[in-house]
Amino acid sequence: MTRKRISLRQELPLLVWLVIVWGALWQDFSAGNLLFGALIAVAVARLFYLPPVELGGRFNVLRAVRFAAVFLAKVVAASFQVLYLAVVRGPRVISAVVAVPLRSHSDLLVTATGHVISLIPGSLVVEVDRSTSTLYIHGINVRDAEDAAKLRKEVRDTEAGLIRIMGTKAELSALEQEVGA
Amino acid sequence: MSPETISADAVIDAVSAVFMVVGALMSLGAAIGLLRFPDLMTRMHAATKPQVLGLFLLLCAVGLQMRTWWVWPVLVVAWIFQLLTVPVSAHMVGRAGYRTKHLHPELLSADELEAVVQQAAGERGFTDE
Repeated sequence: MTRKRISLRQELPLLVWLVIVWGALWQDFSAGNLLFGALIAVAVARLFYLPPVELGGRFNVLRAVRFAAVFLAKVVAASFQVLYLAVVRGPRVISAVVAVPLRSHSDLLVTATGHVISLIPGSLVVEVDRSTSTLYIHGINVRDAEDAAKLRKEVRDTEAGLIRIMGTKAELSALEQEVGA
Repeated sequence: MSPETISADAVIDAVSAVFMVVGALMSLGAAIGLLRFPDLMTRMHAATKPQVLGLFLLLCAVGLQMRTWWVWPVLVVAWIFQLLTVPVSAHMVGRAGYRTKHLHPELLSADELEAVVQQAAGERGFTDE
Protein backbone atom coordinates (compact mmCIF):
# COMPACT_ATOMS: atom_id res chain seq x y z
CA MET A 1 0.00 0.00 0.00
CA THR A 2 1.36 3.36 -0.98
CA ARG A 3 -1.01 5.53 0.97
CA LYS A 4 0.36 8.65 2.53
CA ARG A 5 0.49 8.14 6.29
CA ILE A 6 -0.90 11.01 8.25
CA SER A 7 0.52 12.19 11.53
CA LEU A 8 -1.31 11.57 14.79
CA ARG A 9 -1.69 15.33 15.23
CA GLN A 10 -3.65 15.58 11.98
CA GLU A 11 -5.77 12.59 12.90
CA LEU A 12 -6.46 13.76 16.44
CA PRO A 13 -9.56 15.93 15.74
CA LEU A 14 -11.23 12.96 14.03
CA LEU A 15 -10.37 10.60 16.91
CA VAL A 16 -11.60 13.06 19.54
CA TRP A 17 -14.86 13.49 17.63
CA LEU A 18 -15.34 9.70 17.39
CA VAL A 19 -14.78 9.32 21.14
CA ILE A 20 -17.30 12.11 21.85
CA VAL A 21 -19.88 10.39 19.62
CA TRP A 22 -19.20 7.08 21.39
CA GLY A 23 -19.64 8.63 24.82
CA ALA A 24 -22.76 10.51 23.74
CA LEU A 25 -24.40 7.40 22.29
CA TRP A 26 -23.74 5.38 25.47
CA GLN A 27 -24.60 8.43 27.58
CA ASP A 28 -21.62 7.42 29.70
CA PHE A 29 -18.51 9.60 29.98
CA SER A 30 -16.68 7.47 32.57
CA ALA A 31 -12.95 6.91 32.01
CA GLY A 32 -13.30 3.21 31.19
CA ASN A 33 -15.95 3.76 28.55
CA LEU A 34 -14.00 6.61 26.95
CA LEU A 35 -10.84 4.49 26.87
CA PHE A 36 -12.69 1.67 25.13
CA GLY A 37 -14.20 4.24 22.76
CA ALA A 38 -10.71 5.55 21.99
CA LEU A 39 -9.53 2.03 21.12
CA ILE A 40 -12.47 1.58 18.77
CA ALA A 41 -11.87 5.05 17.27
CA VAL A 42 -8.25 4.16 16.46
CA ALA A 43 -9.32 0.81 14.98
CA VAL A 44 -12.03 2.44 12.86
CA ALA A 45 -9.67 5.17 11.65
CA ARG A 46 -7.12 2.51 10.65
CA LEU A 47 -9.55 0.11 8.99
CA PHE A 48 -11.74 2.60 7.15
CA TYR A 49 -9.06 4.94 5.96
CA LEU A 50 -10.21 8.28 4.57
CA PRO A 51 -8.14 10.87 2.73
CA PRO A 52 -6.83 13.28 5.37
CA VAL A 53 -8.57 16.63 5.65
CA GLU A 54 -6.02 19.37 5.20
CA LEU A 55 -6.48 21.62 8.18
CA GLY A 56 -5.27 25.21 8.19
CA GLY A 57 -3.19 24.64 11.31
CA ARG A 58 -5.05 27.15 13.44
CA PHE A 59 -8.44 27.39 15.12
CA ASN A 60 -9.79 30.47 16.84
CA VAL A 61 -12.32 29.33 19.46
CA LEU A 62 -13.56 32.83 20.32
CA ARG A 63 -14.30 33.63 16.70
CA ALA A 64 -15.98 30.23 16.33
CA VAL A 65 -18.36 30.91 19.22
CA ARG A 66 -19.26 34.32 17.81
CA PHE A 67 -19.68 32.81 14.33
CA ALA A 68 -22.00 30.11 15.74
CA ALA A 69 -24.15 32.76 17.48
CA VAL A 70 -24.41 34.86 14.30
CA PHE A 71 -25.18 31.69 12.32
CA LEU A 72 -28.02 30.75 14.65
CA ALA A 73 -29.47 34.28 14.47
CA LYS A 74 -29.32 34.20 10.67
CA VAL A 75 -30.99 30.78 10.59
CA VAL A 76 -33.84 32.03 12.78
CA ALA A 77 -34.36 35.19 10.70
CA ALA A 78 -34.14 33.36 7.38
CA SER A 79 -36.41 30.50 8.51
CA PHE A 80 -39.19 32.95 9.21
CA GLN A 81 -38.48 34.73 5.93
CA VAL A 82 -38.91 31.48 3.97
CA LEU A 83 -42.08 30.76 5.97
CA TYR A 84 -43.38 34.22 5.02
CA LEU A 85 -42.49 33.66 1.36
CA ALA A 86 -44.23 30.27 1.37
CA VAL A 87 -47.43 31.71 2.81
CA VAL A 88 -47.60 35.08 1.03
CA ARG A 89 -45.71 34.82 -2.26
CA GLY A 90 -46.02 31.11 -2.98
CA PRO A 91 -45.98 30.38 -6.72
CA ARG A 92 -44.94 33.90 -7.72
CA VAL A 93 -41.57 33.84 -5.96
CA ILE A 94 -38.61 34.91 -8.11
CA SER A 95 -35.20 33.26 -7.63
CA ALA A 96 -31.78 33.38 -9.27
CA VAL A 97 -28.68 31.28 -9.72
CA VAL A 98 -25.71 33.41 -8.71
CA ALA A 99 -22.03 32.65 -9.25
CA VAL A 100 -19.88 33.49 -6.23
CA PRO A 101 -16.11 33.27 -6.63
CA LEU A 102 -14.46 32.46 -3.29
CA ARG A 103 -11.08 33.63 -2.05
CA SER A 104 -9.84 30.35 -0.66
CA HIS A 105 -8.87 27.32 -2.74
CA SER A 106 -8.78 24.93 0.21
CA ASP A 107 -11.32 22.11 -0.05
CA LEU A 108 -12.15 22.41 3.64
CA LEU A 109 -13.08 26.09 3.47
CA VAL A 110 -15.05 25.76 0.22
CA THR A 111 -16.98 22.83 1.73
CA ALA A 112 -17.57 24.64 5.03
CA THR A 113 -18.76 27.80 3.25
CA GLY A 114 -21.10 25.80 1.04
CA HIS A 115 -22.45 23.97 4.08
CA VAL A 116 -23.10 27.09 6.11
CA ILE A 117 -24.73 28.83 3.14
CA SER A 118 -26.93 25.80 2.44
CA LEU A 119 -27.98 25.62 6.09
CA ILE A 120 -29.14 29.22 6.13
CA PRO A 121 -32.61 29.07 4.58
CA GLY A 122 -33.11 30.69 1.20
CA SER A 123 -29.82 29.72 -0.40
CA LEU A 124 -28.76 26.39 -1.88
CA VAL A 125 -25.50 25.35 -3.51
CA VAL A 126 -26.34 24.02 -6.98
CA GLU A 127 -22.89 23.48 -8.40
CA VAL A 128 -19.27 23.81 -7.30
CA ASP A 129 -16.39 24.56 -9.63
CA ARG A 130 -13.41 23.26 -7.71
CA SER A 131 -10.74 24.51 -10.13
CA THR A 132 -11.77 28.15 -9.69
CA SER A 133 -13.47 27.56 -6.29
CA THR A 134 -16.68 29.15 -7.47
CA LEU A 135 -20.00 28.33 -5.85
CA TYR A 136 -23.17 28.52 -7.91
CA ILE A 137 -25.94 29.35 -5.48
CA HIS A 138 -29.67 29.24 -6.00
CA GLY A 139 -31.15 32.02 -3.91
CA ILE A 140 -34.85 32.35 -3.23
CA ASN A 141 -36.48 35.78 -3.56
CA VAL A 142 -33.56 37.24 -5.56
CA ARG A 143 -35.46 39.62 -7.83
CA ASP A 144 -32.79 41.87 -9.30
CA ALA A 145 -29.07 42.55 -9.53
CA GLU A 146 -29.13 44.33 -6.18
CA ASP A 147 -30.47 41.24 -4.37
CA ALA A 148 -27.90 39.12 -6.20
CA ALA A 149 -25.11 41.43 -5.03
CA LYS A 150 -26.44 41.15 -1.48
CA LEU A 151 -26.40 37.36 -1.67
CA ARG A 152 -22.88 37.40 -3.10
CA LYS A 153 -21.69 39.66 -0.29
CA GLU A 154 -23.29 37.42 2.32
CA VAL A 155 -21.51 34.34 0.95
CA ARG A 156 -18.17 36.15 0.86
CA ASP A 157 -18.69 37.44 4.40
CA THR A 158 -19.42 33.90 5.56
CA GLU A 159 -16.22 32.74 3.94
CA ALA A 160 -14.31 35.59 5.60
CA GLY A 161 -15.68 34.50 8.97
CA LEU A 162 -14.57 30.93 8.36
CA ILE A 163 -11.11 32.04 7.24
CA ARG A 164 -10.80 34.00 10.50
CA ILE A 165 -11.70 30.82 12.40
CA MET A 166 -9.64 28.18 10.64
CA GLY A 167 -7.99 29.51 7.49
CA THR A 168 -4.25 29.28 6.98
CA LYS A 169 -2.06 32.21 7.99
CA ALA A 170 -1.55 33.16 4.32
CA GLU A 171 -5.31 33.30 3.70
CA LEU A 172 -5.81 35.32 6.86
CA SER A 173 -3.21 37.94 5.96
CA ALA A 174 -4.62 38.20 2.42
CA LEU A 175 -8.06 38.76 3.93
CA GLU A 176 -6.78 41.43 6.33
CA GLN A 177 -5.11 43.24 3.45
CA GLU A 178 -8.31 43.12 1.42
CA VAL A 179 -10.39 44.46 4.30
CA GLY A 180 -7.81 47.12 5.14
CA ALA A 181 -7.54 48.33 1.55
CA MET B 1 -41.30 22.03 48.00
CA SER B 2 -40.39 25.70 48.04
CA PRO B 3 -42.15 28.17 45.74
CA GLU B 4 -38.85 28.90 43.95
CA THR B 5 -38.46 25.38 42.58
CA ILE B 6 -42.04 25.41 41.37
CA SER B 7 -41.52 28.66 39.50
CA ALA B 8 -38.29 27.33 37.96
CA ASP B 9 -40.21 24.27 36.78
CA ALA B 10 -42.93 26.48 35.37
CA VAL B 11 -40.39 28.57 33.49
CA ILE B 12 -38.75 25.47 32.01
CA ASP B 13 -42.15 24.10 30.99
CA ALA B 14 -43.16 27.39 29.42
CA VAL B 15 -39.87 27.73 27.49
CA SER B 16 -40.03 24.17 26.18
CA ALA B 17 -43.69 24.67 25.21
CA VAL B 18 -42.73 27.74 23.15
CA PHE B 19 -39.83 25.83 21.58
CA MET B 20 -42.07 22.93 20.61
CA VAL B 21 -44.78 25.12 19.09
CA VAL B 22 -42.29 27.19 17.09
CA GLY B 23 -40.46 24.01 16.03
CA ALA B 24 -43.72 22.48 14.83
CA LEU B 25 -44.48 25.76 13.05
CA MET B 26 -41.26 25.27 11.05
CA SER B 27 -42.51 21.85 9.87
CA LEU B 28 -45.83 23.43 8.95
CA GLY B 29 -43.91 26.06 6.98
CA ALA B 30 -42.10 23.28 5.12
CA ALA B 31 -45.41 21.64 4.21
CA ILE B 32 -46.91 24.94 3.01
CA GLY B 33 -43.76 25.67 1.02
CA LEU B 34 -43.87 22.25 -0.67
CA LEU B 35 -47.42 22.91 -1.78
CA ARG B 36 -47.07 26.55 -2.82
CA PHE B 37 -43.63 26.98 -4.32
CA PRO B 38 -43.47 26.67 -8.12
CA ASP B 39 -40.48 24.46 -8.90
CA LEU B 40 -38.07 21.90 -7.49
CA MET B 41 -35.39 24.32 -6.34
CA THR B 42 -37.67 26.59 -4.36
CA ARG B 43 -39.37 23.51 -2.89
CA MET B 44 -35.98 22.26 -1.77
CA HIS B 45 -35.57 25.48 0.20
CA ALA B 46 -38.84 24.82 1.96
CA ALA B 47 -38.30 21.10 2.48
CA THR B 48 -34.77 21.05 3.85
CA LYS B 49 -34.38 24.25 5.79
CA PRO B 50 -36.94 24.17 8.59
CA GLN B 51 -35.24 20.99 9.79
CA VAL B 52 -32.30 23.03 10.95
CA LEU B 53 -34.19 25.43 13.21
CA GLY B 54 -37.24 23.22 13.83
CA LEU B 55 -35.13 20.28 14.93
CA PHE B 56 -32.93 22.56 17.05
CA LEU B 57 -35.95 23.89 18.92
CA LEU B 58 -37.53 20.46 19.39
CA LEU B 59 -34.26 18.94 20.64
CA CYS B 60 -33.87 21.85 23.06
CA ALA B 61 -37.39 21.19 24.33
CA VAL B 62 -36.57 17.50 24.83
CA GLY B 63 -33.37 18.42 26.67
CA LEU B 64 -35.21 20.85 28.93
CA GLN B 65 -37.94 18.36 29.75
CA MET B 66 -35.57 15.47 30.52
CA ARG B 67 -33.84 17.60 33.20
CA THR B 68 -30.64 15.60 33.12
CA TRP B 69 -27.42 16.65 31.50
CA TRP B 70 -26.69 13.13 30.19
CA VAL B 71 -29.13 13.61 27.36
CA TRP B 72 -27.56 16.82 26.00
CA PRO B 73 -24.53 15.23 24.27
CA VAL B 74 -26.84 12.87 22.32
CA LEU B 75 -29.04 15.77 21.27
CA VAL B 76 -26.03 17.84 20.18
CA VAL B 77 -24.65 14.88 18.19
CA ALA B 78 -28.06 14.33 16.56
CA TRP B 79 -28.25 17.99 15.55
CA ILE B 80 -24.69 18.09 14.24
CA PHE B 81 -25.29 15.01 12.07
CA GLN B 82 -28.39 16.73 10.69
CA LEU B 83 -26.31 19.84 9.96
CA LEU B 84 -23.71 17.73 8.17
CA THR B 85 -26.13 15.72 6.05
CA VAL B 86 -28.95 18.16 5.16
CA PRO B 87 -26.87 20.37 2.82
CA VAL B 88 -25.43 17.31 1.06
CA SER B 89 -28.83 15.87 0.20
CA ALA B 90 -30.15 19.32 -0.72
CA HIS B 91 -27.15 19.89 -2.97
CA MET B 92 -27.48 16.51 -4.69
CA VAL B 93 -31.20 16.96 -5.39
CA GLY B 94 -30.73 20.58 -6.43
CA ARG B 95 -27.88 19.72 -8.74
CA ALA B 96 -29.74 16.82 -10.34
CA GLY B 97 -32.80 19.06 -10.67
CA TYR B 98 -30.80 21.78 -12.39
CA ARG B 99 -29.19 19.36 -14.81
CA THR B 100 -32.48 17.77 -15.78
CA LYS B 101 -34.00 21.26 -16.16
CA HIS B 102 -36.60 20.89 -13.46
CA LEU B 103 -36.91 24.62 -13.09
CA HIS B 104 -38.85 27.45 -14.63
CA PRO B 105 -36.45 29.86 -16.37
CA GLU B 106 -39.10 32.58 -16.35
CA LEU B 107 -39.01 32.57 -12.55
CA LEU B 108 -35.25 33.19 -12.44
CA SER B 109 -34.08 36.80 -12.43
CA ALA B 110 -30.55 35.67 -13.34
CA ASP B 111 -28.83 32.39 -14.16
CA GLU B 112 -25.07 32.70 -14.09
CA LEU B 113 -24.54 28.94 -14.31
CA GLU B 114 -26.28 28.47 -17.67
CA ALA B 115 -23.55 30.18 -19.73
CA VAL B 116 -20.88 28.07 -18.03
CA VAL B 117 -22.82 24.87 -18.71
CA GLN B 118 -23.37 25.84 -22.36
CA GLN B 119 -19.70 26.63 -22.79
CA ALA B 120 -18.61 23.32 -21.23
CA ALA B 121 -21.11 21.42 -23.38
CA GLY B 122 -19.83 23.21 -26.51
CA GLU B 123 -16.22 22.31 -25.75
CA ARG B 124 -17.08 18.64 -25.48
CA GLY B 125 -19.07 18.72 -28.71
CA PHE B 126 -22.48 18.56 -27.07
CA THR B 127 -25.09 21.15 -27.79
CA ASP B 128 -28.35 21.78 -26.08
CA GLU B 129 -31.28 20.05 -27.77
